[in-house]
Amino acid sequence: MSATTDVTDPAASVARETAGDTRRGLDLGRFRELSLVPAILVLGLIGFIVSPAFLTADNLIGVAQQSTELSLLVLATALILICGRMDLSLESTIGVAPVIAVWLVLPTSGARFTGLGLLPEWTAVPLCLLVGVVIGAVNGFLILKLRLNGFIVTLGMLTMLRGLQVALSEGQSIVELPSSFTYLGKASWLGVPAAIWICVVLFALGGSALAWLRHGRALYAIGGNAEAARTAGIRVDRIVWAVLILGSVLAAFAGILYSGHYGSISATQGSGWIFQVFAATVIGGVSLNGGKGSIFGALTGVLTLQLVVNVMTLAGVPPLWNQFLNGAIIIVALIISRFASGEKQE
Amino acid sequence: MADTATAAANGGGNPASDGPAPVAEAIGISKRFGATVALRDARITIAPGESHALVGRNGAGKSTLVSILTGLRHADTGTLRFNGELAPAVGDIDAWRSKVACVYQKSTIIQDLTVAENLFLNRQSDGSMRPIRWKKLRGRAEELLAEYGVDVDAAARAKDLTVEQRQFVEIARALSFGARFIILDEPTAKLDARGINRLFDKLRDLQRQGVAFLFISHHLQEVYDLCTTVTVYRDAAHILTAPVAELGHQALVEAMTGETTVTTAATVENRAPVRADSPELLTVEGLTLPGACQDLSLSVRAGEVVGLAGATASGNVRVGEAVAGLHRVDEGTISVRGRRVRGGSVPSALAVGVGLVPEDRHLQGLVNNRSVAENATLTVTDQLGPYGTVLPSRTRAFAQRMIRDLDIKTPGGATPVSALSGGNQQKVVVARALATDPHVLVAIRPTNGVDVKSKEFLLRRIRQIADGGKAALIVSDELDDLKVCDRLVVMFHGRAVAEFDRGWKDEHVVAAMEGVADRAGTSDTTSHTPSDTAEEHGR
Repeated sequence: MSATTDVTDPAASVARETAGDTRRGLDLGRFRELSLVPAILVLGLIGFIVSPAFLTADNLIGVAQQSTELSLLVLATALILICGRMDLSLESTIGVAPVIAVWLVLPTSGARFTGLGLLPEWTAVPLCLLVGVVIGAVNGFLILKLRLNGFIVTLGMLTMLRGLQVALSEGQSIVELPSSFTYLGKASWLGVPAAIWICVVLFALGGSALAWLRHGRALYAIGGNAEAARTAGIRVDRIVWAVLILGSVLAAFAGILYSGHYGSISATQGSGWIFQVFAATVIGGVSLNGGKGSIFGALTGVLTLQLVVNVMTLAGVPPLWNQFLNGAIIIVALIISRFASGEKQE
Repeated sequence: MADTATAAANGGGNPASDGPAPVAEAIGISKRFGATVALRDARITIAPGESHALVGRNGAGKSTLVSILTGLRHADTGTLRFNGELAPAVGDIDAWRSKVACVYQKSTIIQDLTVAENLFLNRQSDGSMRPIRWKKLRGRAEELLAEYGVDVDAAARAKDLTVEQRQFVEIARALSFGARFIILDEPTAKLDARGINRLFDKLRDLQRQGVAFLFISHHLQEVYDLCTTVTVYRDAAHILTAPVAELGHQALVEAMTGETTVTTAATVENRAPVRADSPELLTVEGLTLPGACQDLSLSVRAGEVVGLAGATASGNVRVGEAVAGLHRVDEGTISVRGRRVRGGSVPSALAVGVGLVPEDRHLQGLVNNRSVAENATLTVTDQLGPYGTVLPSRTRAFAQRMIRDLDIKTPGGATPVSALSGGNQQKVVVARALATDPHVLVAIRPTNGVDVKSKEFLLRRIRQIADGGKAALIVSDELDDLKVCDRLVVMFHGRAVAEFDRGWKDEHVVAAMEGVADRAGTSDTTSHTPSDTAEEHGR
């Protein structure tokens, strides 16, 4: 029987050790999504040191306003990544959805950009969102029904939609927009741009849905182990499809805010954003492999990136260095969140 | 238990008309996948509160039956009833879960979620638009865990649990849907002896509460410990159903292996024994691999083929892989001709002369869309040209030699390896292992999924390599693979439990692999592991 005792004792001690690990891992896990908050505070401090203009309401609101469109894409990407998918075409949706919407409602003559004039002008916003629904649904069909590779499908969609936008707008910016279309991007409620209010509300809704709704939690289950989610009775494909559609709608909505903000739809609207969006989402703690991360974390990711740009501008860094520093900051932020969360990112 | 006996007499076919309806009854189930028949007119009947074992060797159709019983797959023919009612439609997950619960071989726990959330996945709140109340959820989870006596923190993340705890969580979850019938598909495969004991205690508790089990295991001792009735499948068909108490180990093993009663290792029978003074090529001393094996020693001489037998969880595959440098070694040494293999270093293993035929040719063996020639020469790219270049002409020549040597049926060396049949793909893997001209060939399940002719050829080839003065180690649980061996070492739960010299009987080997070695006892059996389970269960 001596052999048995030899075996059992180490086993018991191992069990005790793992129990200890459990507790420690849990505490870290609880604060994982806050790992970028210190970085944001440090950035704030640096900003305060380099320029007195940094810590003014105008500047901070400006930063927030500039973050709104990007942050909506980050919200969409976070949702899609958490359920283990990717959608690169979001950056084209932000441009093409507004173009299609105004093309359908603008009159056939009298302006530089001629539309079809099929529908009354007030329908521009709903139409734009509807275009988002259609794009998301098509992506979902290709990925989930035809079982195509999501990365390549959405990469193709990215190019195709950008092309569609250029073709429809003839490569020009569209400046004559219906007033209903520009309202949200321009309006100010209680002294703060409406876009910021809307973003805050959408992030709060998204975060709450992921934290407190069954369907929200299902995203984590699907991203973590799709097979297990299926055996638990979660309708995996249906939910992923819904998330892809929601993501595209958010991108289309970001397009409305962006167009309203600048008063026109530029031909390159959103072009090249997807890299920033992914960077912000990932440094915010959302895993590229799915099943991990939070909406709040993703938000801290966007804010970090935007603050860096703002601080650099205030510090008088030559704009030619922006791109270099942007890339560097993404890598530094990744390293910070790797060690702050104590988890491999893979 | 009287009606179990009668049921056994007529093969477990019809439910006793007077007793309560069986919790699950499958009759005439057939299922084919393409050309392979997975189940042929199979049947099984599980009475309420019964613990029923389903045993059979690999490919007997157990997994297919489980997938049909749990509603994941349609049976081609046959009827399935739960408590006398026809089974729900495939796809109606909720309906199935109220009838049958299953703890799958593969974990269905989501690592990054808490235990509480895993327990109530997709039913965390009352309605889909109702917010989840986390405190209440944790409370419910704690209640559920307490009800089944599972000592796990409901707030812990699932990835921090031990395998055993995760399994308990899965069982608790499965039962929480209200099913009184639960299928356990090899639940003990990843547990150590103490974990298994605790699992069994739990299962007995549940059985007292009236839960019926279908218990699938490769370890026959567990069947004797836990179950009252056993059903044996072989070659996709039902063989027998009988009360465990009336079926001896011998009879059970025979039912599993078929009519192979006295086939000794025919291939090596009339061969001169390996000379005792021939040099030891492979020496493994006191090898300990975390979670796989403890203090294992073995040696293979020149000209010898040694079989390292063991069931899926025995750790034999890990040992074979460790010899080839795939795993870091905790303690002990592996040496080839006196030179040590650095643990966890494949180049070191290659340098001292180890060739590996890995377990899964698709995962570890082949680069599927590349050519036969490229695959066959993957280990010897340094010999194919000067200064790190790989010359196409030399690759072709090398591959041609391999193709001839191993009789690989391929249109040419440039054909993608995925276009070959399973047997020929396996030959390419063997070719690669032999390309370095190794002193020791480690072959893990070398005939896995290959046709009969290729199987014979491959085994004969391994034999020839040994006859040419090399050493070969065959790691497998297939009796056919082991027939070419001069000697067998049988592993069970990470330890060598038995050794057989030529002339072993298949039953004894299977018995040792299934952890009932003490019955077989042909030769110098050093059984530690089965004894501690056996004693505690008081057979």
